Amino acid sequence: MFYREAGDFKTSYAADQQTFAIKLDRRAYYSLLAVAFLVVPLVINEYWASAVLVPFLIYAIAALGLNILTGYCGQVSLGSGGFMAVGAYSCYKLMTAFPELSIFLCVLISGGITAIVGMLFGLPSLRIKGFYLAVATLAAQFFLVWLFNKVSWFYNYSASGQINAPEREFVGFIVTGPNSSPAAVYLFCLIFVVALAWLARNLTRSATGRNWMAIRDMDIAAEIIGVNPLVAKLTAFSISSFYVGIAGALLFSVYLGAVEVGEAFGIQKSFLILFMIIIGGLGSILGSFLGAAFMVLMPVLLKNVLVGQLGWATDIAAHFEFVIVGGLILFFLIVEPHGLAQLWRTIKEKLRLWPFPH
Amino acid sequence: MKKTHLGILAAAALATAMPVQADLVFPSLSYRTGPYAAGGIPFADGYADYFTLLNERDGGIGGVPTQVPECETGYNTEKGVECYESTKGSGALVYQPLSTGITYQLIPKTTADGIPMHTMGYGRTSAANGKVFSHTFNYPANYWNGASGVVNHLLDINDGNIKGKKLALVYHNSAYGKEPIRTLEELSKKHGFELMLLPVDHPGQEQKSQWLQIRRERPDYVTMWGWGVMNPTAIQEAANIRYPMENFIGIWWSGSENDVLPVGEAAHGYKAMTFHNVGSDFPVYADLKKYVYDAGKAAGAGDQMGTVLYNRGIYAAMLAAEAARTAQELHDTKQITAAQMRDGMEALEITEERMTELGMPNFGPSFKVSCANHGGPGDAAVQQWDAKAGEWKLISDFKPSDQEVIGALIEEDSNAYAAENNISMGCN
Repeated sequence: MFYREAGDFKTSYAADQQTFAIKLDRRAYYSLLAVAFLVVPLVINEYWASAVLVPFLIYAIAALGLNILTGYCGQVSLGSGGFMAVGAYSCYKLMTAFPELSIFLCVLISGGITAIVGMLFGLPSLRIKGFYLAVATLAAQFFLVWLFNKVSWFYNYSASGQINAPEREFVGFIVTGPNSSPAAVYLFCLIFVVALAWLARNLTRSATGRNWMAIRDMDIAAEIIGVNPLVAKLTAFSISSFYVGIAGALLFSVYLGAVEVGEAFGIQKSFLILFMIIIGGLGSILGSFLGAAFMVLMPVLLKNVLVGQLGWATDIAAHFEFVIVGGLILFFLIVEPHGLAQLWRTIKEKLRLWPFPH
Repeated sequence: MKKTHLGILAAAALATAMPVQADLVFPSLSYRTGPYAAGGIPFADGYADYFTLLNERDGGIGGVPTQVPECETGYNTEKGVECYESTKGSGALVYQPLSTGITYQLIPKTTADGIPMHTMGYGRTSAANGKVFSHTFNYPANYWNGASGVVNHLLDINDGNIKGKKLALVYHNSAYGKEPIRTLEELSKKHGFELMLLPVDHPGQEQKSQWLQIRRERPDYVTMWGWGVMNPTAIQEAANIRYPMENFIGIWWSGSENDVLPVGEAAHGYKAMTFHNVGSDFPVYADLKKYVYDAGKAAGAGDQMGTVLYNRGIYAAMLAAEAARTAQELHDTKQITAAQMRDGMEALEITEERMTELGMPNFGPSFKVSCANHGGPGDAAVQQWDAKAGEWKLISDFKPSDQEVIGALIEEDSNAYAAENNISMGCN
């Protein structure tokens, strides 16, 4: 009744092809953006920024990146943690080597460096597929973590191997270091998220994105119709790594402020991001956000409910978190194997007909 | 739609999570789960039980009841940040994260928020320089004291000459494990022994290759910077290659019952450093039994009494409580703030008489904290495991460490930190 396209006439190709074809969707999207940019910064406090929203935004970028590679181009990667580490360490090196360089540029260049590294590790994908490629990217994960632990140049020869983000400003607001305000940090991440999500959405609708999907669906057929697998796979690897690198740079510089490669960017991070896109929905922009929200916010939410409200012992609550999150993952995947994004699509289809299904 | 729903729920959950601000709050960022739980549980139990004792016996500190809200970090830095943010608004007086990784994260944050942090025997060693690290304390001893203590012990048993000997360091490949390397390198130059570095990756169950190397190269002594599941694994591997246990010396985080008991008889003779006394032969345990255990108020499963790490938890709580008491006297108020707590920690003086008064005679060294020295005296003793009796025994007194080497290193590292972060020197 409320949610349908009837009466919503498109008079141009641009209008016909827009991302949100239904007026209600479009309005919801713009109001969400308005709330995120105008209302949230006014009410955000430190807990909400550093425990909930900033990690959500950063992991959403990482999930977007991996979704480009795995969801759109069909190349399974277990190297996301390692690529995040490349982003974080490049950002650290840039921040300390060029103190006058804007943090915004630092993060962008870190993404660029990660893109090059990702492309290098993507080369094997031209020969190997599926599980074998997963193993090759797993090697990237372990190699990169080892590298950042072993070569002390990467952490400026500090005694402990920790890297610490010095204080940096962005248009007059401190965004890294302990004196940053939660609103500034949040907005800084939000700008990246919105820009990158917009870019991802449009990339996947362009020729590049269609090439990726052709490779994903059947690479031999794609090659026959004229898709160059070398170009398609390597662009997917580099753009995906660009995203993941930016996520790593932000994770280090604005969110944690100090990281240690083995702990922050270990194999469990790669799995975490892979789980995000599987639960959220492979090959879906919205799915990346839903997956990141599920994996980042659910444990915090459960902790607050179990410990804060029900007063459980912290260890029992922590163990139950695993049980409940694991159970929910199983539940959602059984109900909808294509992820939360597909669930949302089904709901939308139902809503279009509601309340007169015939 | 789903997201807003989640947000409302979370907001509701959050609103009730804050405790009432009337008590003295000592948040405990504990870890009772994960690969490091074996170390986290006894410490957290001891920490909580001591404050329970103060509440039950004395009605708190200076008559103000204490509160120890726990937050599970799982030794994970991201959860540590979440825990810090969720507890700091509750009037938190001091943080003790029991994790070097989380410490590194919290040093700038706590300094900016004006809340002191006490990293007893862990964390960033150069935080001992109070001129640079105004809100971080690591009395009574730090990693470099521990490293120097190991070398001093080797000097003791070798009549003061360890030239040409080979010492292997088996360490957790993280900030924690890397801390002692610089000191050991300096000391190896000074005393002429050879140092061999063997990193073990998190969580530390995979150590076959490291011990194969030890078997091949036959170092005279092995020292270890391990934590959690890494410790029993290393001691088991040492037993497997028949490495003489009395030549294997762990840091204080590698010297608890959890580390040696799984290895059984073969662990007999294993040594570890310590900065506080062992066992439950102290008057304070009688009070704990009367007011806490028998009253059914013990934290956790209540099965950790008298273990090394439980004692360390008690010791940490005692030092925090004494600092709070000092702060109350200093500022002439019962309801102290975090800033006053910091002053109390800086003015803390622990004497033998005071420890005896508290029922903990000779529990740790007597020391005095000052504005410039947040690290205390750095005295450490060696304890040895007796597998037959099933207990740790102190085999040396609390001895000073090589301050000449350590002082210079602390100065260097803290000045580098100050330069990196534009910190002006305090304590003038």
